[in-house]
Amino acid sequence: MLIFEHSRAGRRAAAQAPRAVAAADDLPAELLRADAPGLPEVSELDVVRHYTALSQKNFAIDTQFYPLGSCTMKYNPRACNSLAMLPQFLARHPLADADTGQGFLSAMHDLQAMLKEVTGMAAVSMAPMAGAHGEFAGVAMIRAYHDARGDTARTEIIVPDAAHGTNPATATMCGYAVREIPTDRDGNVDLDALRAAVGPKTAGLMLTNPSTLGVFEKTIVEIQKIVHQAGGLTYYDGANLNAILGRVRPGDMGFDVIHMNLHKTFSTPHGGGGPGAGPVGVSERLVPYLPIPYVVEERGFYRLAGEADCPASIGRMSAFGGNMGVLLRAWVYARMLGREGMRRVADYAALNANYLAAELRKAGFDLAFPARRASHEFIVTLKPLKDSTGVSAMDFAKRLLDYGFHAPTTYFPLLVPECLLIEPTETESKATLDAFVAAMAKVKAEAESDPEWVKGAPHTLPAKRLDDVKAARELDLAWK
Amino acid sequence: MPFIPHTEQDVAEMLASIGAPDIEALFDEIPAGLRCAGLAGIPAGESEMAVTRRAHELAAQDGFYLSFIGAGAYEHHIPAAVWQLATRGEFYTAYTPYQAEASQGTLQLIYEYQTMITRLTGLDVANASLYDGATALGEAVLMAVRASRTGLRRVLVPATVHPRYRAVAQAMVKNQGIEMVTVPYDPDTGTTRVADLPDGPAAALVVPQPNFFGALEAVDALTAWAHEHGMLAIALANPTSLALLKAPGSWAEKGADICVGDGQPLGVPLASGGPHFGFMACRQALVRQMPGRIVGATVDKDGRRGYVLTLQAREQHIRRAKATSNICSNQGLMVTAATLYMALLGPRGLRDVALASHANTRALADALTVIPNVRRAFAGPFFHEAAIRIGGNVEEVLRALRAQGILGGYALGRDYPDLADAILFCATETKTEADLQRYAHQLERILSKRREAPPCAYKS
Repeated sequence: MLIFEHSRAGRRAAAQAPRAVAAADDLPAELLRADAPGLPEVSELDVVRHYTALSQKNFAIDTQFYPLGSCTMKYNPRACNSLAMLPQFLARHPLADADTGQGFLSAMHDLQAMLKEVTGMAAVSMAPMAGAHGEFAGVAMIRAYHDARGDTARTEIIVPDAAHGTNPATATMCGYAVREIPTDRDGNVDLDALRAAVGPKTAGLMLTNPSTLGVFEKTIVEIQKIVHQAGGLTYYDGANLNAILGRVRPGDMGFDVIHMNLHKTFSTPHGGGGPGAGPVGVSERLVPYLPIPYVVEERGFYRLAGEADCPASIGRMSAFGGNMGVLLRAWVYARMLGREGMRRVADYAALNANYLAAELRKAGFDLAFPARRASHEFIVTLKPLKDSTGVSAMDFAKRLLDYGFHAPTTYFPLLVPECLLIEPTETESKATLDAFVAAMAKVKAEAESDPEWVKGAPHTLPAKRLDDVKAARELDLAWK
Repeated sequence: MPFIPHTEQDVAEMLASIGAPDIEALFDEIPAGLRCAGLAGIPAGESEMAVTRRAHELAAQDGFYLSFIGAGAYEHHIPAAVWQLATRGEFYTAYTPYQAEASQGTLQLIYEYQTMITRLTGLDVANASLYDGATALGEAVLMAVRASRTGLRRVLVPATVHPRYRAVAQAMVKNQGIEMVTVPYDPDTGTTRVADLPDGPAAALVVPQPNFFGALEAVDALTAWAHEHGMLAIALANPTSLALLKAPGSWAEKGADICVGDGQPLGVPLASGGPHFGFMACRQALVRQMPGRIVGATVDKDGRRGYVLTLQAREQHIRRAKATSNICSNQGLMVTAATLYMALLGPRGLRDVALASHANTRALADALTVIPNVRRAFAGPFFHEAAIRIGGNVEEVLRALRAQGILGGYALGRDYPDLADAILFCATETKTEADLQRYAHQLERILSKRREAPPCAYKS
């Protein structure tokens, strides 16, 4: 049932009503709405029951193992939420002067400094509100850099074919053409193709490392050299920063710009699709172009830098400061982990990924890159299973839901047929991973003995297989 | 080890399975010269207790103020149920509902949210949110340019649109060669006159309601003008006001084509600026140009109603370089809160919030303009925000108010040099009669003191 179907004319959650006041007789009638907006008329208890019941139809980290590759679905510590929701933090107006927020701003400055250290970059701005927003900031800075030098012939961004869709989409938003380069058989960027692609048109390269194939780019130093020698800048997509935290730093590798996804690596909640936070770090030559605002400290006083401080900035990313509440959660997390804890993130993410890959291989699954170390995630291809049984990666994923596991990422990256991209994260125990391997093996056995049953999955969830085609053909986007 | 459950025995067994001597070996594909020894510059980890104490100290240092600042972010009462429910782990720790059958809670909630937004805006369809109101405006500009049959890359934006929104949209669209033309405002009313709209073709006109000054624009005339000139009308609206003011879908004859705004007033805390969220609605004909996630109703294989992400062929993970936007994660949890808020308030409750906010701002404007030399900056109707001119140094006066625990509003001179002595203030339903009196009394005291002893008297 929809909340609208609970609605009864005249019912209301009366405790939530402000004191009644007279109608706005001073406003011109032609500017007023004639009828009330069709919001539901329900009691407070109706709302609480309805949305509690809805929540129970979700899989979530708090209820299930959620190995969604490339999304880093690790445990979100509760303290991060409760401390970010202290009433003084919530009440502060974004345009209140800096003296009313020295406590808050000092925490932001602390986080900004920690992110700088983690990435090894010259400076960090936390203005972008999601990974893709950070990508936009990064590529816009690359463009601003070339423009400032009058180097306007550079019209292309190079993107490996394994990249997230946000990379090419971002390049387009920044007014660039996208030049895609292939991946070699071991999952590395094809260096010959890269050499052939770079030239006077190259504005930069966007590289995810470890790549979306779950492997570290072994030739990353050469990749950098090739792009830099052609006059391009290098962008480090930090979507997979969890894999290398405290182990290797993009700044040390010579990258010009990196974005981080704090909702991945710094464990802020995914919230059913955001809010995230996508801070960007830059090398010395891009510092003047950083997006505003960022936090500055002068003799112990903290404030947000604006247009006057950074005249060459690529500009504002949001009306106010960005997703501050997300940043506060990341700050609490970073403070609890500290330097040893951050390094342990990468250590145990790698341990879990490599263990899970090894166990799945023993259970008869095919790894896409069996000769490689897994980073924090890895790919299983179900192509042989599909060929022999007709059960697709999507069918397989749906059946896993029946066993109480959220499915891995399916059909991404696009390079590997019938793929499952699996990211266990460091916060899962060996027992959970073993249970997942057992479920994978069970589904495989079912696919071999009774493929139709797997193709019909899920069987036990609040909804059976949903018709995507009908949804797109007969659009129904609002309750009528 | 915080948040890592492994025992020594687990680690030993796992390494044995992998066939690696130690964890270090798992990083052997990283070129040796690149590996770093650690993160010396980061402090040592602390217990939850220690970090809790630190956070409470910082929060206490910031304290609370009696705030009359609006300017794009509005203090409203948030029912307790909103965040108690929104932070349930099942909402808080789920992700984008890629596996629809395991995400019916989030998907149905977004469908309900989309419905509520269409009902507030009077438009046909809504998406699942954008980052904030400012980026939503930028996306609307890009969308209008894509939808423009003439391929025009020019959009008219009144100076009465929030200056920060204009800056953000500008940063978003400039690299695609799109020009945003600023339309001046009428200094008497603080609104946009049809007579001031520039000649020449454009893809769209932005129509704010209420505008940045809190003033109500002649939305019917502006929308009609846009349509007469072959442009789309992009409404920029405050969601609370939509319970009271005419829905953008009903502006002029055909209605606005796109409506965007910031959803923060709908149950989202101010929180120093975010996370908030942007909403976007449009006419059915434009739905394929809309950016971001969209949820649609469908049926499962037993014919029962269910919900999925739909029209994904617009999006970056399918369309890549040709996507409508690069947006991926949006502001899902904020949308969860807003849906709860709108359900709890209902049509009457939201209208009461709008009316009480309007009445309080009106009462405060009356109380402030009794003070000698203080007058309204603009004539004409306003929603829940208004500007006064105080005939003096605004920054100094705001500082003096702050010393009394009052945040008196936003100094308009920061963005509008002509309004150097103007304060933009807002009094929502959270303010009591006593709050309004306290502000008026303190402003009166500060200004009269200054009259008796102007700053030059202290220079010696």
